[in-house]
Amino acid sequence: MSRPELTAPADVFYSHTEARKYTQSSRVIEIQERLTERAVELLNFPDDGSCRLILDVGCGSGLSGDRLTELGHQWIGIDLSEAMLEHAREREVEGDVTRNDMGHGVPFRPGVFDGCVSISAVQWLCNADNSAHIPQRRLKTFFTQLYKCLKRGAKAVLQIYPDGPRQAEMITTAALRVGFSGGLVVDYPNSTRAKKYFLVLAAGPPESLPRAKGEDDDEDDYERRGMRMDGRKSDKGAKYRKSNNHKGKAWVMKKKEQYRNRGVHVANDSKFTGRKRKDRL
Amino acid sequence: MRLLAHNMLACNAKGVVNGFPLKIVVKETRETETEFNAEFLVHMLPKMEWAAFVNAAREIGAGELPGEIPDDAATNEEFLQAFHHALLEVHVEEGTLVCPESGRKFPINKGIPNMLLNEDEV
Ligand SMILES: C[S@@+](CC[C@H](N)C(=O)[O-])C[C@H]1O[C@@H](n2cnc3c(N)ncnc32)[C@H](O)[C@@H]1O
Repeated sequence: MSRPELTAPADVFYSHTEARKYTQSSRVIEIQERLTERAVELLNFPDDGSCRLILDVGCGSGLSGDRLTELGHQWIGIDLSEAMLEHAREREVEGDVTRNDMGHGVPFRPGVFDGCVSISAVQWLCNADNSAHIPQRRLKTFFTQLYKCLKRGAKAVLQIYPDGPRQAEMITTAALRVGFSGGLVVDYPNSTRAKKYFLVLAAGPPESLPRAKGEDDDEDDYERRGMRMDGRKSDKGAKYRKSNNHKGKAWVMKKKEQYRNRGVHVANDSKFTGRKRKDRL
Repeated sequence: MRLLAHNMLACNAKGVVNGFPLKIVVKETRETETEFNAEFLVHMLPKMEWAAFVNAAREIGAGELPGEIPDDAATNEEFLQAFHHALLEVHVEEGTLVCPESGRKFPINKGIPNMLLNEDEV
């Protein structure tokens, strides 16, 4: 399937026809709901069942918003596509929707939202739809204003479809540069189809990243570790050495031995065995 | 657009320092019924720009609210009901939002405020 981001600007691509197709596809509905649910899980609110005020960036037709409502939250959404927003309204979503280009920022007072989710939208910022669009600048404006309208310490969980590692990095870097802490959580990293990127950000001091789903507990752990980035330079090595995910050379050797005994092919031992891999996406 | 959104929205056009509160010019409103959730209302109180809210509620005919949040707000049923109604049950369907600083107008059509800026306003 070709990437919609490459076919037309978002407000053109998300026409009435597309909006109708979108809201009538049970597959789309299910995916939007599942992703929203996971995003809310990653927001990691205290488990008190309280209703919170959430910003939904790229709220579209409000499928994600419906899930927020079902989970007991109030939400305000922004989206560029008039057609998608009108569908949201026709569907009588509970939240308030507003037309806005996230690349121009988010038009809200400082410190008001308890959290932000965005489902399958932010990668659109990486495209330049006209000569006035400079992706880096649009990302910067978006993240700067997003940071401001969040309550201190509040989180934003942005599920994105980057077209590759470089785009994922571009989005992540833009967020960290304006002061967010956090990084990418990649669910099901080993499956091409189920793999999902969640940029988990906190408007405030860093905390540890939540665990991704569907990771094997062996060396694949390193993949996630490699993605973790802090806004400032940190001694990643120290964190890495302290964490119990780093099981050490002896442990790796033992595992390899077990696999060999089972007849599974494993790489030859070398001086690199059990070492941390280079950080990269 | 309900006052929940209005109380959070601000004009973010280039050069505007204080784009809040947006003045509401109302053409049409609509009322709905929403589930009453006292705990959420109490959660929202410290977030509210109260004076702007009271004023907006008056502008759109969503009722009279006290000029200051009462001390017993959390347990004052009558107050919470009025707050609930004005915050969540009255929708501005058609109208205009006006930036208090620049006078920039943002139309509200079919309940959706259009906050889109032109490229030269970013
Ligand atoms: C895959 S859809 C997600 C829809 C939504 N989460 C839902 O439940 O219907 C992506 C949405 O991002 C919106 N979008 C793309 N670029 C945008 C921008 N620059 N500003 C705001 N929204 C944008 C599109 O209009 C579209 O509705």
